[in-house]
Amino acid sequence: MRLLSSSKKLPGWRELPIGIMNVNPGSSVNYDVASWRTFRPVIDQSKCTKCSLCWVYCPDAAVEIKKVDGGEVFEINYKFCKGCGICESVCPIKAIKMVEEVA
Amino acid sequence: MAQAQVQVKRLPLAGYEAAAHAVKMADVDVIAAYPITPQTNIVEELATMVANGELDAEYVHVESEHSAISAVVGASLTGARVFTATSSQGLALMHEILFITATARAPVVMAVVNRALSGPINIWNDHSDAMAERDTGWIQLWALNAQEVFDTILQAYRIAEDNSVLLPVMVNLDGYILGHTVEAVELPDEKLVKDFVPSRPLQNRLSLKTCYTVGVMGNPDYYYEMKYQAIDALERSADVIKKVGEEFGEVFGRRYKPLDLYYVEDAEALLISMGSTAGTALAAVKRMRKRGEKVGLVRIWMYRPFPVKELRDVLKGVKAVGVVDRATCPGAIGGPVFADIATLFSNDREKPLLRDFIAGLGGRDIRIEDFEYMLNKTLEAAKTGIVDKICDYVGLRW
Repeated sequence: MRLLSSSKKLPGWRELPIGIMNVNPGSSVNYDVASWRTFRPVIDQSKCTKCSLCWVYCPDAAVEIKKVDGGEVFEINYKFCKGCGICESVCPIKAIKMVEEVA
Repeated sequence: MAQAQVQVKRLPLAGYEAAAHAVKMADVDVIAAYPITPQTNIVEELATMVANGELDAEYVHVESEHSAISAVVGASLTGARVFTATSSQGLALMHEILFITATARAPVVMAVVNRALSGPINIWNDHSDAMAERDTGWIQLWALNAQEVFDTILQAYRIAEDNSVLLPVMVNLDGYILGHTVEAVELPDEKLVKDFVPSRPLQNRLSLKTCYTVGVMGNPDYYYEMKYQAIDALERSADVIKKVGEEFGEVFGRRYKPLDLYYVEDAEALLISMGSTAGTALAAVKRMRKRGEKVGLVRIWMYRPFPVKELRDVLKGVKAVGVVDRATCPGAIGGPVFADIATLFSNDREKPLLRDFIAGLGGRDIRIEDFEYMLNKTLEAAKTGIVDKICDYVGLRW
C-alpha cells in the first residue's frame, strides 16, 4: 500500500492490504496533512534568535533546521504542520505568528 | 471417512462442556478470559484442561472482557488459534473491540452464552446481548442443542481461518437452556477432527520480519475502503460457511445449513426462530399438524451473513410469516430479526404478511402453548389477510 498525497488518485478497496494494515512502515512521511490546518505558523527570520524552543516543543517534528550559508535557519515543514500554534506560544521573542490559511 | 479404528464417544455433557471439548479438540493456542459473572463454566473447563496438561495453550487471565477480546485479537494476529467466551454484560463491554476484530480480519472464535442485558440485572437467557452486536461485522451462528454447540465451534475455526474469510465467528448458545443443561453429545474421533480442523497455517502479521502496522488510522480518505473490505468478506463468507457445513456432514454425519426447515412445503403460515427454542416451536408445529393445520418452522443457524437467498426461496409464496424475537428494538416496529425479515421483501409487490412475536425476555419461559398462540395468530393472518397487531409481546403480564 502506498499512502499517497491527496493530489494523486487513491487506491480502491481491492488494492489495499486487508485488515486495517499499513505494510509500508514509515510511510506517514508521504502523508500530506496540509489540509488539516486553519492557521499556519510563519517565522520572522529577522527576529529569530535560534533558541530552538519551537523545534523542541513541536509535537509533530514539523520544525526543521536547515543549513544555509553562514549557519542554520529554523523552518516549518508545511506538509506535516497541523497548525496547533504551540510554536507561537513558546517563542520567547514572538518571532512566530499564526496566519490564517486562505483557500 | 469412518474407518475401523475410529473412536466416537457419546457423553452426557452440558452445553458449556461441549463448547470446551470442541475448543480443546480444535487445539487452540491462546485463550483469554475474565472469570467473574456473567462468565460461564466454558472458560473454567478450559482452565482445568490447560492446568491438567490436556490442552497445550496459553491461558491469559485478564482484568475485564474488554481485555479478553483485545488479548485474543493480538494473539490471533500473530497466527495463533484463539478462543474466548462471554455473556451479556461481558459481551457489551467488548463492544468497541468487536468492530476492530472484524476489520482487523482476526479469525477469533468466541462462544457467547446468550443472556439478557441489564437492567434490571438478570442472568437468564434471551438474545439481547448478541443482537446488540449484530452490526459489528462478525459471523453469527446460533446453536439448537449441545451437539450443535460442539459442531458449530469446530466449523467456526474452519470458517474463520479460511483465507477468503478471515473474520471472527460468534457461536451463540442459549444461556442455561443450552449452556447448563446436560444432553447426550457425540464427541467424534480425534483424528477426524484433526483432519477437519488442521493447525492454523502461521500467518504472523506482527513479526519483526514483516513490520506491519495493524490498526492504522483511517482518515476520511481511507476509512471507507478499509471498512468495505470487511463488509465484502462477510457477504462472501456465506459460500464458505455452506461448504464447511456440507463437508462437516460428510465427515461426521451431521449436515449444517444456513436454515433448518420443518414442514415448510405446503405451509400457509411459517414461524421463524433462532436458538434452542426452535425445539419447543417444533413441538407446537407437530401438535398443530396433527390437527391438520398447515404450519411450519424455519430455524436460522447462520444469522450473519443473513441468508437472504435461502430465506426468500422458502418464504416466497407463503401467506403469513411470524418471527420470534428474543430481543427488542425499542421505538422501532418490531424486534431485530423481524426487521431483517421485513427487509427481504421490501421491493416485492407480492409478499407474505408479517407478524413479530417478542418472547422469552430475561429468561421468561416460552411454552409450547405460547408457540401455538404465535402459530395460530400467524395462521389467522394467512386466512383472513389481516394482521391485527404487528408486534406482539407474548407472555407479558397486563
